[in-house]
Amino acid sequence: MEIILSIAIGVMTSCGVWLILRPRTYQVIIGLSLLSYAVNLFIFGVGGVKTNVPPILSGNGADGVLADPVPQALVLTAIVIGFATTALFLVVLLASRGLTGTDHVDGRGDKR
Amino acid sequence: MKGWDIGITLAPHFLVLLLALPFIGSLLSVLLLNTASTVLPSRLASLVAFGCLLIAVLAYPQVTDGNVLRYNLDWIPQLGLNFSLRLDGFAWMFCVLITGIGFLVTVYARYYMSEDDPVPRFFSFFLAFMGAMLGIVLSGNVILLSIFWELTSISSFLLISYWNNSAAARDGARMALTITGIGGFCLLIGLLLIGNIVGSYDLDKILASGDLIRGHSLYLPALVFILLGTLTKSAQFPFHFWLPNAMAAPTPVSAYLHSATMVKAGVFLLARLSPALSGTYEWFFILGAAGIITLLIGAFFAIFQQDLKGLLAYSTISHLGLITTLLSLGSPLATVAAIFHMLNHATFKASLFMAAGIIDHETGTRDMRRLSGLFRYMPYTATLAMVASAAMAGVPLLNGFLSKEMFFAEAIETHADSVLDIALPYVATLAGAFSVAYSLRFIHTVFFGPSPTNLPKDTPHEPPRWMRFPIELLVVICLVVGIAPAFSVGPFLHTAVVSVLGTQTPEYSLAIWHGFNLPLIMSLIALVGGAALYFVLRHYLATCEDGPPLIRRLRGQRIFERILVEVSWRWARMAEQRLGTRNLQPQLRWVVVTGFLAGLLPLWLSGFEPRTFVFSGVDKVFAGIWLVGICLALGTAFLAKYHRLAALVMLGGIGLIVCITFVWLSAPDLAITQLLVEIVTTVLILLGLRWLPKRTEKMDESVTFRARFRRFRDLLIAIICGVGMTFIAYAVMTMPVPDAIATYFLENAYTEGGGRNVVNVILVDFRGFDTLGEITVLGIVALTVFALLRRFRPAPDTMVMPEQQRIQNRFDEERPERNAGDTVREYLLVPSVIMQWMFPVIITFAVYIFMRGHDLPGGGFSAGLTLSIAFLLQYLAGGTRWAEDRIRILPLWWMGFGLLIATLTGIGAWFLGYPFLTSHSQYLTLPLIGKVPAATALLFDLGVFLLVVGSTVLILVALAHQSIRINRIRTVEADKPKES
Repeated sequence: MEIILSIAIGVMTSCGVWLILRPRTYQVIIGLSLLSYAVNLFIFGVGGVKTNVPPILSGNGADGVLADPVPQALVLTAIVIGFATTALFLVVLLASRGLTGTDHVDGRGDKR
Repeated sequence: MKGWDIGITLAPHFLVLLLALPFIGSLLSVLLLNTASTVLPSRLASLVAFGCLLIAVLAYPQVTDGNVLRYNLDWIPQLGLNFSLRLDGFAWMFCVLITGIGFLVTVYARYYMSEDDPVPRFFSFFLAFMGAMLGIVLSGNVILLSIFWELTSISSFLLISYWNNSAAARDGARMALTITGIGGFCLLIGLLLIGNIVGSYDLDKILASGDLIRGHSLYLPALVFILLGTLTKSAQFPFHFWLPNAMAAPTPVSAYLHSATMVKAGVFLLARLSPALSGTYEWFFILGAAGIITLLIGAFFAIFQQDLKGLLAYSTISHLGLITTLLSLGSPLATVAAIFHMLNHATFKASLFMAAGIIDHETGTRDMRRLSGLFRYMPYTATLAMVASAAMAGVPLLNGFLSKEMFFAEAIETHADSVLDIALPYVATLAGAFSVAYSLRFIHTVFFGPSPTNLPKDTPHEPPRWMRFPIELLVVICLVVGIAPAFSVGPFLHTAVVSVLGTQTPEYSLAIWHGFNLPLIMSLIALVGGAALYFVLRHYLATCEDGPPLIRRLRGQRIFERILVEVSWRWARMAEQRLGTRNLQPQLRWVVVTGFLAGLLPLWLSGFEPRTFVFSGVDKVFAGIWLVGICLALGTAFLAKYHRLAALVMLGGIGLIVCITFVWLSAPDLAITQLLVEIVTTVLILLGLRWLPKRTEKMDESVTFRARFRRFRDLLIAIICGVGMTFIAYAVMTMPVPDAIATYFLENAYTEGGGRNVVNVILVDFRGFDTLGEITVLGIVALTVFALLRRFRPAPDTMVMPEQQRIQNRFDEERPERNAGDTVREYLLVPSVIMQWMFPVIITFAVYIFMRGHDLPGGGFSAGLTLSIAFLLQYLAGGTRWAEDRIRILPLWWMGFGLLIATLTGIGAWFLGYPFLTSHSQYLTLPLIGKVPAATALLFDLGVFLLVVGSTVLILVALAHQSIRINRIRTVEADKPKES
């Protein structure tokens, strides 16, 4: 499990980094989304990878080993905030496109 | 005056009052900003200054004979930083000077300020400055002192730039702030060094450890930094040039800053710290050199000024040089002379500045080439100014004479055998002669000679009675001190001297007549020589340009500005051009590379060994899913340029796989949230796609070598980062998880938080404050998006109707039985009916998710997203207009109420005596439904829920509305040609 998750995180990081270094605003926004998947999974993985033990108590206290709830709580808000930043970036991107007439990240034409 | 016992003993708290009163007065003045009256703010300021003076005077019995009045309040005792105030004789003398002259200046300023000036602002700054100055002299902790020191720099900046529409005032103020600000910073360094040597920032301890400090290896740097601070403040060479430029300030400010306060702060601190620092060769040499040069060139430059205030400014510089020279000598008698001269200079210089202000006020000019013969118009003021000038020149029977005699007497003594010491008597006499010359010039040019012609204001006359009063009082003091020193100022001076010198206090005599000795001869030479010098120069001076001959063009100000431009403009520009970029790509590249190195370095230093990958035990289905995921990620990266929609769809696919991963790995809450966010994000980006330029269909074949290189480099960076992440992630995940706080949360979630879903309990209870912060951020982002879109103007090429819409409309137009827009309406008819019907179902589902959130996967975040999707579907099904005709969503209200509920829930805990956001939980039994958890955390979660709904809907609707807005803009622009 860990190995697959690690490779998945690695690939998504690579694709994300590649995209945020591109000149088109749309590429950057997609790259940021990919990066946030990778980072969320990474933080989530810090708590250890366990199957079938969700951090939901059946009795009044912890019985047996449960998944670590802390990274989950962190990632949960990160997902929502991630949506908000995507929205913000999208709007900035649109505004910049409206103002400069191009979708280049610097608002200028391509350099050769 | 030991018998001065008025039967009142002031508690130490009065020190706080003394210090706080000016600041309170300053704030009160701000409240008067809108009054048209010039009287009220000045009355207030006078009252405050007089109150402070009264407190200071009443405190006198407690500071005589070396006694000290102390007040201490712990501030940050761990850092040795205490709010400690101490009032000893020397500080007392300064308190009386600051508050007394401050009071007189407020009385004077009431008449000086014009009706058009924002008078309350003036007095607000003035009182703040007075408070800061009192802070310096009262501080018993050197760090506190340094804070007040900075405050004087800032408030003097505000005072000097008071007439802020004048460029000279702005420049002068900026220069004063730059010089004294840098000085203040150096002073702080020096004081920190001293504190490090002594082991305490307490002034008493520092003053008691003089030998320790002088013997320490850090003595020289500490001394240099402290001297930099004091010399800049006291306008000593080579930092003297800010003072004449500060003359652009209103005259009351000059009278205050350059007689009793600002510039005196430097020499005050020198005298204050002299027991700890003085007596070494370095002290003598640095301070002596600065003092002697300043004394001489200040006096020399003063002769050649054409501006009345300029003359007084250079004279101030020279007199401060005199005090600095005295302090540099380090002998007790010299210190006595220095303290005495601080007092005398303050009195005669304040009165002279005020007299110059009156002349300026009455004639409209300060140029000595235009002023003349004013004696016949204002004999009273002229007489007062003459007496004060005589005191400045050191004429017998006036206070200036006494301290100057003491200076001459000290100048003859040998203190440290060096060139400076040998030269001192001659320099002193020469400077004395110069000061006689400029004082004589001041009097002779302004008050004698023919009547002035061509003045900006006609027929000058005496100022109002109370405008003259401060000068009268000060001149009387000059006379009284000059004639009967031992009976007037004697005891107070003694008190001040004892508090500085302690047991070293020398025997000194304040008598006027010490016999026919060498100092008297020097005085006579200075008087005669100065008068002769003026007589020789007077015709030249009557017409010459401003400034001393030959070096007139060499101005400290110019050099300073040249340096300022060089450093803050040229160098900064050069650095920006060489090192900076405004392009996003290089910046991001640096961020990524730096981030990678920052991650790599600690791992490399701690000898990180990557684990060998173990492929056994891998679930084949999971592997298969992620194989798809990896392909999708690569596809997204490739297609984001050429096919945006495809890239978006693939991105959504990855989102789903992430969601499945969360389910698989025991994170149901994350899975729900991820799924919902995925839906919302996809819709969001779809809405945005409409406004992007047409997609690049073809691959760009003609790439240059540079572009190829850039791509290769970025690919390399991306791959390295990805590989690094893989290794780190694998290492972290295979590490045994340390028993951190997870166990605590798992064990206490139910007993403390009353919920079984630990993730939700963490969010709304244990870490509720974090969540409050996060929903606030969410709200702010939504508002920002909303605000940005209100002014949104799309690019011209996206203004036209999309191709698809045009085809649909044409189809409708071609058929007579159809109306325009029918096709759009009929599009996906069945699904849209289902979507409309689903509305109540999804709402119920949202409520369900919300209610079960505390015990089972769900909660405010996911319920909020669900509800916003319910709204979203209505927009999708019927279109924006259709949806808004039927449901009125007020997202801003949702957001507001959400934040309000969440915060109020937190505040509610206060009323029960618990910290913010403490929660309480119990179960309620409702009819039909049964037992329902009812923790206050649920209320908090309701706040989260409402805010998430509001923010999400606000963002999406704002974006969706752009299409409608664009129609409106299009119609408006289509109508325009018709109108014209």
